[in-house]
Amino acid sequence: MAEEAANVIRFLLKKMLKAAVLLAGVSILAFALVSLSPIDPVRANTGTTAYLRMSPEKRAQMDSYWGKELPAAERYLNWAADFVRGDMGMSQKYNRPVAEVISEKAGNSLALMGTAWVCSGILGFILGAVAGCFRDRRPDKVIRGGALLLAATPSFWLALLLIMVFSVWLRWLPFGMNIPIGVSHSEVGIADRIAHLILPALTLSLTKTADITLHTRQKMLDIMESDYVLFARARGERGSRIVRRHALRNILLPAITLQFSSVSRIFGGSVLVEQVFSYPGLGQAAVDAGLGSDVSLLLAITVFSALLVFTGNLIADLLYGIADPQIRRGRSHG
Amino acid sequence: MADRKRKYGRAVFADDPGDQRKRTVFPVPAVLLFAAVVVAGMLLRESAMETDFVRKNLPPCAGHLFGTDRMGRDMLARTLAGLSYSILLGLLSSAVSAGIALFLAFLSSLGKAADAAVTWLTDLMMGVPHMILLVLISCAMGKGFAGVAAGVALTHWPGLCRLLRAEILQQTESLWAGIARKLGKSRWYIARTHFLPHLLPQLLVGLTLQFPHAVLHEAGITFLGFGLPPDEPAIGIILSESMAYLSTGKWWLALFPGLALMLTVVFFERMGNALRAAVNPSEVHLVK
Repeated sequence: MAEEAANVIRFLLKKMLKAAVLLAGVSILAFALVSLSPIDPVRANTGTTAYLRMSPEKRAQMDSYWGKELPAAERYLNWAADFVRGDMGMSQKYNRPVAEVISEKAGNSLALMGTAWVCSGILGFILGAVAGCFRDRRPDKVIRGGALLLAATPSFWLALLLIMVFSVWLRWLPFGMNIPIGVSHSEVGIADRIAHLILPALTLSLTKTADITLHTRQKMLDIMESDYVLFARARGERGSRIVRRHALRNILLPAITLQFSSVSRIFGGSVLVEQVFSYPGLGQAAVDAGLGSDVSLLLAITVFSALLVFTGNLIADLLYGIADPQIRRGRSHG
Repeated sequence: MADRKRKYGRAVFADDPGDQRKRTVFPVPAVLLFAAVVVAGMLLRESAMETDFVRKNLPPCAGHLFGTDRMGRDMLARTLAGLSYSILLGLLSSAVSAGIALFLAFLSSLGKAADAAVTWLTDLMMGVPHMILLVLISCAMGKGFAGVAAGVALTHWPGLCRLLRAEILQQTESLWAGIARKLGKSRWYIARTHFLPHLLPQLLVGLTLQFPHAVLHEAGITFLGFGLPPDEPAIGIILSESMAYLSTGKWWLALFPGLALMLTVVFFERMGNALRAAVNPSEVHLVK
């Protein structure tokens, strides 16, 4: 037992080291990409008219403030050293420290992504399991057809459709923004916040449910064709009992793992959905930063999102590490 | 019991060649349809930009099947033009992505260090949410059409690359590759004559299945405002423009263009799956 625990810890440390190296890689890649940008940060952040009116001395001063004459590698190291210490720079777009912007937006985003993540996980699991049990019969056909169609639907278009139905036609739910217009932040009740969360969360859940459903269905099919299910049938076990005792237990772990490793996709989806609903989260901030060439904010969001993805993958690995006896006993996995 | 009988029945009759051929033939009408859309879209590009304030904000009618927008532009022409742009960009980017995937997969077969590097790069690309990556690349290229094209073309290889790498790994272990090595054939010779023929079907299927992703990402990033200038017809731009008119009940501005995009994606996905069934029959016939 002690040896097994040691193996799990060793496995985890290895994975964490790998994640840290990858994270450094992501930051270098992101930094290289924004440095390639032909858009002059000085000009973008002062405005073209102000830039043209500036004296050459002032321009040189601004250039050195932005570190334009330093080589890219040195600029990266300066940025990374500050970043690790928690100084993420100033956001030009919001005119506040990046760390502050991120912590505010991250709360909104995590509420949205968390809700969609849980809903789509549960719904996708149930639908996928049902479809897998009823292979090629009506429930399977309906669920599979729906999931395939939903997987092909652009998430932002789905959001527009939902707005048309629920906000414009039926007038049940508000349009966008996470608080009503003209109300200060402190007066907003929890009910209002939830009302503004429903449609974005629904859109994000629906697009992700399709994915989970199709995966779970495939796993369910594999298991229903397995030898142990055949043997259970031969012993005289029937329908629901087989599903309960043999199938569900075996698809639960892959489903949970898939759920944790799908963080990247839900983050990507939230960028589009937040934009449609003008929901003030990280995705919208990333778009603002990208359009407005707000370099420090864009870099910070990239690193944050990668961190989120790696945490998800790490948890998925951890779950496998605990549940899979091969890893527990120190053999490498796959 | 009846259920099981049907399942075994299916497994046997899946060998029916008629069935298989039908699956493969399916793409032909679809391909013709989409070729027609691409050509029509290119021809309609001019009329898609044409404004006529006499006929503005018309709901769908006989003269304008998809209605018109606030500047009297015909939405059918705009949708077709946007769709043709999406399809062409999608094809280009799946081809480029397939090329990158193939190149990196071969690179990884050259040695341990190369393999580690390729795997690391794949993990790196998969670690950043796709939309964020597209925003970054678009920034690097200074936005506009080039940014979207580069972003979509350069980011769709990791999944396919993993697949091809695994396939090559398997091929390296094969008997014939071993014999060829013993006969003193060069790596390049083995890769070309022994690996490539095995990879081509996978590559073709991967390319087709990559297309829907590419199209959806292109529409998404354009929707966010990183792509073409706002008066050009592209599905993403049309949809983002329609947002301002939703509250006044102009549903046709958003419904039809989005529907057209969705149908395109569905068609290509089915085509990819049919192709997979055709080149990889064992997977279809297996009772899974």
